Amino acid sequence: MSTRLAQGGRLLTRGRPVNFTFNGKRLTGHAGDTLASALLANDQLMVGRSFKYHRPRGIVASGAEEPNALVGMGEGDRFEPNQRTTTTELHEGLTCISQNHWPSLEFDVGAINAQLARFLPAGFYYKTFMEPRPFWKHIYEPFIRQSAGLGKPPKGADPDSYEHFYAFADVLVIGGGVAGLQAALAAGRAGARVLVMEQTPHWGGRAPVDGGTIEGKPAEQFVTDALEELTGMDNVTLRSRLMGAGVYDHGYVLGYEQVAEPRAGQAGPRHRLWRIRATRVITATGALERPLSFAGNDVPGVMLASAVRDYAVNYAVSVGDRTVVVTNNDDAYRTAITLKELGLEVPAILDARKGGGGPLAERARDLGIRVETGKGVAKVKGTRRVEAVAICNQAGEGAVLEEIKCDAVAMSGGWSPVVHLFSHCGGKLNWDADQALFRPDRDKGPTGADGDVFVLAAGAANGHLDLAGGLADAHRAGRDAAREAGFTAADATAPQAEAPEEMPLEPVWLMPQGAGVKLRMKAWLDYQNDVKVSDIQLAAREGYESVEHAKRYTTLGMATDQGKLSNINGLAILSDALGQPIPQTGTTTFRPPYTPISMAAIAGQARGETFQPVRRTPMHDWHAENGAYWEPVGQWRRPYCYLRDGEGVQDALNREITQTRESLGLLDASTLGKIVVKGPDAGRFMDMLYTNMMSTLKPGRCRYGLMCSENGFLMDDGVVARLDEDTFLCHTTTGGAENVHGHMEEWLQTEWWDWQVYTANVTEQYAQIGVAGPNSRKVLEKLTDDDVSAEALGFMGWKPITVAGIPARVFRISFAGELSFELAVPAGHGRTLWDKLMEAGAEHGVMPYGTEAMHVMRAEKGFIMIGDETDGTVIPQDLGLHWAISKKKDDYIGKRAQARSHMTDPDRWQLVGLETLDGSVLPDGAYATAPGTNANGQRNVQGRVTSTYHSPTLGRGIAMGLVKHGPDRMGEVLEFPKVDGTIVEAKIVEPVFYDKEGEKLNA
Amino acid sequence: MPDARSALDGASEAGFVKVEEMGLQGMITLRGDLAAEELQAAATAATGVDMPDRTGIRTARDGGNALAWMAPDELLVMVPYAEAEERLAQIQAALEGRHVLAVNVSDARALFRLSGGPQVREVVAKLCPVDMAPAAFGPGMFRRTRLAQVPAAFHMPDADSMVIVCFRSVAHYVYKLLCDAAATDSEVRYHV
Repeated sequence: MSTRLAQGGRLLTRGRPVNFTFNGKRLTGHAGDTLASALLANDQLMVGRSFKYHRPRGIVASGAEEPNALVGMGEGDRFEPNQRTTTTELHEGLTCISQNHWPSLEFDVGAINAQLARFLPAGFYYKTFMEPRPFWKHIYEPFIRQSAGLGKPPKGADPDSYEHFYAFADVLVIGGGVAGLQAALAAGRAGARVLVMEQTPHWGGRAPVDGGTIEGKPAEQFVTDALEELTGMDNVTLRSRLMGAGVYDHGYVLGYEQVAEPRAGQAGPRHRLWRIRATRVITATGALERPLSFAGNDVPGVMLASAVRDYAVNYAVSVGDRTVVVTNNDDAYRTAITLKELGLEVPAILDARKGGGGPLAERARDLGIRVETGKGVAKVKGTRRVEAVAICNQAGEGAVLEEIKCDAVAMSGGWSPVVHLFSHCGGKLNWDADQALFRPDRDKGPTGADGDVFVLAAGAANGHLDLAGGLADAHRAGRDAAREAGFTAADATAPQAEAPEEMPLEPVWLMPQGAGVKLRMKAWLDYQNDVKVSDIQLAAREGYESVEHAKRYTTLGMATDQGKLSNINGLAILSDALGQPIPQTGTTTFRPPYTPISMAAIAGQARGETFQPVRRTPMHDWHAENGAYWEPVGQWRRPYCYLRDGEGVQDALNREITQTRESLGLLDASTLGKIVVKGPDAGRFMDMLYTNMMSTLKPGRCRYGLMCSENGFLMDDGVVARLDEDTFLCHTTTGGAENVHGHMEEWLQTEWWDWQVYTANVTEQYAQIGVAGPNSRKVLEKLTDDDVSAEALGFMGWKPITVAGIPARVFRISFAGELSFELAVPAGHGRTLWDKLMEAGAEHGVMPYGTEAMHVMRAEKGFIMIGDETDGTVIPQDLGLHWAISKKKDDYIGKRAQARSHMTDPDRWQLVGLETLDGSVLPDGAYATAPGTNANGQRNVQGRVTSTYHSPTLGRGIAMGLVKHGPDRMGEVLEFPKVDGTIVEAKIVEPVFYDKEGEKLNA
Repeated sequence: MPDARSALDGASEAGFVKVEEMGLQGMITLRGDLAAEELQAAATAATGVDMPDRTGIRTARDGGNALAWMAPDELLVMVPYAEAEERLAQIQAALEGRHVLAVNVSDARALFRLSGGPQVREVVAKLCPVDMAPAAFGPGMFRRTRLAQVPAAFHMPDADSMVIVCFRSVAHYVYKLLCDAAATDSEVRYHV
C-alpha cells in the first residue's frame, strides 16, 4: 500500500494537518502536500478511470506531465473538471471527485469496454459508424459522447475574478530549476532586466531530489544561495506559481499565474495571465521522464521512477512497500537507492541493458539490491493495483522467467527535454541518437523581428541531462541572452558540479522487444486517451504514415496532457512499424499552452460589465430612468423606444411617432459621428470624399452627402455643415464615425499627403438633440433669444445660438420629415439641455422617441438608411440617389468603380417602395420571387425587402426594397413568400409615403 | 451658463490605490507643424509651459495647464475648463492665416486620477500594453495607448499618481476596469 513515512518530506510542514475530501471521503494531508501526494499518503492509489476502456488508473507522475490523476475539483459554481492532482497544492477544505466512471470509481459499468478492447481498436469509430449516414448525427455521436469524455463542465458562472498583466523583460527565464537560476544569475549579473518564472511553488527543480554537488555543496544549498543573490538584485524578479504557457512571435510570451490557489476565501484575482514581451527568452524547462511500454504499464502502482523518488523525498510518501524498478538507464537507480535508504524494499532492479549501469548500479548492488541486466517486465499482475511483475528477457518475446511479488513498479524509459516552449514559435529540433531524445537546434530557434533567434534553451531542456553539463549550458545561455539584449556579461565561469557518472541508456520502445500482440494490446502509450502500442502499429499498417495522421487516427497525444509522456514513445513505435529512423518520422507540432490554462484567465477582465465597452451619451441615465428599451448601435446603447407602464414595443412606437408627427418629439442624436475637416484644401478634399459637390456649400449651410468606398459602394451618409471658409463639419452614421475618420486619414496620409487638410473626430465633444414636430420651433423659441424663424434659419441652414444659457449650434435639418432642429451643445451640458427641453415642451406633450421611431419616420419619407438599404454591395445609383452624385466633378472616391460595366448594368436591382395589398407588414429581408428556378433548383428571385415597418401615420405596412427594373414597374404586384409558406402580395410604389412635397420639413 | 457636468460626477473608489474621476479639464486639440515657431509660441503662451518633447508632457506647477505631445503633428493643450473657449480663441487668433486645426475637445473626454503610491503603475500595467517599469515610464512622459478595449492616454503628475484620459462615452467602462484592477489584494508587486 502507499503510505506516509514517519519522517522526512522536504516540502512538508508536518505540524500543519490539512483536511480535504476525495469522493466524499474525509482525508488528511500536510501543509506542503500536493493533492497527489496527499492521496497517495492516504493509500488512494487509484484516482480515475480511462477515457475509452474505463480501466482503473493511478497517479503516474509528480508534475505537469500527469495524464491520469485528473479530478473534478470544487463544488457548485467553483467546480472545475480535469484538474491535475500532481500540480494542485493541497489546501484546507479542498473537495474533489474522480472522473469518467459510473456509478462509482470502484465499480464501473463502462469497464465492460475493456473486455471489448480487441473490438475497439484505433479507427473503430470511423470504420463502424459510417453508415447509414444520418445515424451519425442522431444516434452514434450522442451515444459516443455520453460514454467518452473526461470531466463534466461546471454549470454556473464563475464567481471569481481574473486579470491580465503586461510585463517586459530583457531576459525572460522560464523554469526555476538549477539551470534557470544559473541562467538568471548570469544574465542578472550582466545588468539585464530578468524575470524568472517557475510553475511550481518551489525553486530548484529536480536537483535537490536527484542529488549531486555544486561547488562542493549540496544542490539544495546552491539553490538557497542563488535565490539569495537573485533576490538582492534590483534588476531581477523571481515569480513562482507562474507557468510559461506559450511563446509567440517577437518575444511575446504568455505566463499563467496561480495567484490565489489554494483558495481559502482570499480576495483578489484567482489567476493572472501575464502578457510578456522579452528581448530574449531562456527555456530552462527541464526534462520529462518517459514511461516504458510493457503490458500492464497502466495498472495503478506503476509509476515513473522519478515520481516515486519525488514522492519519497519531497513528501515522505512511499508508493509501495515493495517497489520493482525497471529501466533502460542509470538515473532510475537513484530511485532504488533512495527507497532502500529509507528502509523500503526493492526486490529487484530490471535493467533492460545487457551491460547494466555504472557507479549508481554499483551503489545499488552495495546496498544489497538485486540487479538483473538484460531483463524487463513481461507483464504486470493486478487490476486495481500492482500485485506482482512477471520478468522476462528484454531480447525475447516475453516468456516469463519469474514472478516477483511487489506493490509498486518504478519505470524509466529515459528522459525527453521539455522542448515545447522552444518549439511553440517554430524552433526546430534535432534527434540525439546517443541519448535517444529530441533537443533544440541552437541555430534554428524561433526568430524575432531582427531575424535573430530569440529563444535559447538551457540545461536539461537543451539536452544536457547531467548536472555539470546542464549548469554550464545554462550559464552560457544566460550570458548569451544578456549579451544579445545589449548587456556586457561579467567574466565568470559556470559553477562546478559533480554527480556520479552515468552509462548511456539503450532505447527501449517496447518491452520485451519481441512482445506478441496480446502483450502489445496491454502496453499503453497514451494513458489518457487509451492508445496502445498495437493501435499505432495498426495505424501504420493502414497507411497512416505521417505522424500527424497517425496521431489523429489513434488520438495519441490529443488528450489534455497533449502527449507529454506518450509522444516520443508513440513516434518511436510508428518509426519502427514503418521501418524508418525516428528523425524521419519527426514529432507532432508543439502548440501552446504548455498545460491547460483557465478560459477565465484568457478572458481576464473582459467579463460582466467590462466584457466590452458600452458607450453612453450624456443623457444615458435619463433614458435608463425613463423606460429605455435599449438597442446596441456600434458600441453605443441607444433607446430603441421608451416603454411606459404596460406598453408593448409597438404601442410605444405608435405613441412616439404620432406625438412627433402631431406635436413634438425629442431624439438623443449624440451618437452621430462628427468630424471636423479644416484647411486650405478642405473643399477639394470634401469633393473627393463625397459623391456630391461640397466645395460650393456656403458657410452657414448644410448639405446631405454620400460617401463611397473606392469600389464605388455606398459606405456612409450624413449632413455636412460648412462652419467657415476653411472648415467643414461632417456628420456620419453612429456606427460609422471611427471608420469614416480612419478613411479620411488614410487618404490624407497615403494619397494626398501634400494637401493642406487636418481632421479631428469631435463626436464626443457634443451632445446632440433632435427637436422634431410642428411645435419644435415654439419650444425652441422659449429657450432662446436668438431668431430661429424660417426666415432667419431656413431648411438646411445652421447658426450658433444660445439656448437655455448654453452655447449651441442649431442645424435646421430633418430626418423625420417634420419641422426639425438639431441642437449641438458641449457634452457636459447635454443633460441640462435635455431637461430644459422636456420642461419647455411639456405644454406640447413632449416625448422622447427612440431609434425605431426614427427609422419608421425616415422610411415614411423614403430616406435610406446605411445598413438597411445598403449592405456593402449597393451603390448610390441603385437607390435612386443620382441627384446626390455630381456630374460636374472630375473625380470622387468610387467614381471610376461606378463606371464599370456591372455597376451600370440596367438589371441591377433598384430602390422602390412596396405596399402590401392587405396592409400587413412585409417580413424583413423577404425575397420577391420570379417564375422558374435557377441552376441549383432554387426559385428565381427578382428583389428583396430592405426596410419594413408598420406606419402608424398611414395605418398600414410600408416597406422599401430593391427590385429588378423596379422604378419602371410602378403598380406591378410582387409575391413575397413567408417562412410559414404563405405569400404576401405587394405593389411597387414610389418610396416616399409621407409629405411628398416636403411642406412640413420646410415649414 | 449652467454648470457643466463630467461623465461620472466625481465618482471614486479606494482599493490598493485610489481611483477617482477628476471632473472636467479644458482640452484643445492643436494640429499643425509642431516645429513652427508661431505654433510653439501660441501653445506656450496659452498655457505658460514649454513645448513638450516627443512623447512628453509639460505641466504647470498648479496642474491646470499643460502641453502634451500626441502625434508628430498634434498637441494636446490643457487649460482650466472654464477658460477653454477663451484660450482656443487666443490660439486661433495667434495662428490666423496658418494651416492649423485647433478645436475644443474638453467635453469629449473623461479623466481619472490614480493615487496612493508607486503601485499606481501596476493598475495601468494590468490594462495597457505598456512597459510601466520606472526606468521605462515616469513623470514627464505622456503615453497614448490601448486600455483594455478602448483608446486612452496617461501620464504621471508625480511618482505616486497617474492621470488617465479616455473618451467620455466609455467613462463607465474605464472606471469599472480601473476599480477592478485596483481592487484590494490584487497587487502584483512586479514594479514596486
